[in-house]
Amino acid sequence: MNKQILFIEDEQALQKTLGGVIEKEGIKIISALNGENGIKLAQKKQPDLILLDLILPRKDGFEVLKNLKSNEETDQIPVIVLTNLEAMEDIQKALRLGATTYLVKANYEIKEVIKKIKTAFKE
Amino acid sequence: MKEKENKFLDGINIFKECYRYNIKLWQCPQFLFLIMGLLIVITAVVSYLIGTKYLVDPRIVALIVLIITSFLFVLAFIIVHSFEKLAQANRIKAEFVGIVSHQLRSPLSNLKWVTTLLLDESISKEEKTEYINLVKENTERMMNLISDLLIVSKIQENQIIFDKKEISLEKITEEAISSLSSLAKASNVEINLEVKNNLPKIKTDPDRIKAAIDNLLSNAVKYSNGGGEINIKISKKHNKIKLKIIDNGIGIPEEDQEHIFKKFFRCKNAFKYQTQGTGLGLFIARAIIEKAGGKLNFKSRKEKGSIFWFTLPIKK
Repeated sequence: MNKQILFIEDEQALQKTLGGVIEKEGIKIISALNGENGIKLAQKKQPDLILLDLILPRKDGFEVLKNLKSNEETDQIPVIVLTNLEAMEDIQKALRLGATTYLVKANYEIKEVIKKIKTAFKE
Repeated sequence: MKEKENKFLDGINIFKECYRYNIKLWQCPQFLFLIMGLLIVITAVVSYLIGTKYLVDPRIVALIVLIITSFLFVLAFIIVHSFEKLAQANRIKAEFVGIVSHQLRSPLSNLKWVTTLLLDESISKEEKTEYINLVKENTERMMNLISDLLIVSKIQENQIIFDKKEISLEKITEEAISSLSSLAKASNVEINLEVKNNLPKIKTDPDRIKAAIDNLLSNAVKYSNGGGEINIKISKKHNKIKLKIIDNGIGIPEEDQEHIFKKFFRCKNAFKYQTQGTGLGLFIARAIIEKAGGKLNFKSRKEKGSIFWFTLPIKK
């Protein structure tokens, strides 16, 4: 597949589990454990897709999204928000800021997340 | 049928309702409404009786009605105020449920995914070990949250039990430092302990005091801003023993300082460094120290660091 995903998530457990499963699918994972680093890596590595958590240290997910979408180098990269926040205002805010898809972690199985990622690649 | 009857009786049991919301009887809207209703009925009857008897002087009737109306007015004001209290109690409860469920949700969704992966027979032995460790980590995270919540509920009901023993504060502090050593190492923080000679022993609950020191010290490590030094000093001052924790971390913004001992409160800058955290640590630490007869306080400057200290009485 030769694709690469930037996974911006501060939970080590998710980096290991979801990150590991994505890699098994033949997709390269670039990990960022905080928002600031996520923005830097997005500019530097130009991934095909970004998986973004919203509650993050050093710039939260909304700030990251705003930053990515206002920068010419990164505004075309699709962003899937993967979070546990499910208030309607958070969902609307993320979509308004340019997120492609919004997924609530607790509502999805790991396989379903992989499916969503693959669908995002096809689009 | 009987169940229905019980439910109905429960519904009109004002005392029970007020108790449930932790509101005093004289502040309870249902009770006050009952009093107001009774007063209105009595006023109507009394006005009628006096009116028929003293018809020659209607001023007396007017005066009585005026006095009772003023009283009802004050009562109505109290009722409105009580509703506010009730609404506030509900708001706090809703906030509490919201925060706790969110704090539990992250480790729970981690567990859900990890266990799915563990069920996959094709995973390697190393992966299996790694996933089991993640199960352990996330379970511990939930256990810690639940035990913090249990302590908070005991504090609120004033049921926190102190199992007093003769203890050395130095020894407890050393234990707290040792239990945080791996976190300190990972955060690039050096912890130093300075103890003045001949410190007397104190009589208090060692586990509770250690929990308070753990909370203070882990904050100092977690918010150390990428490394630095933490100095702990224990000394004797008059008939008290004093423990001071000095860090050069991110500090507490001035506008947040008055709130830091409130339950679930987290400083704005704290969120930037640690997304995990319940905002219960300082609330618990202060309650423990106060229960032990001491005082906990702090001084802090944003981006410069904080000093937290507490005193405990020396009883001979």
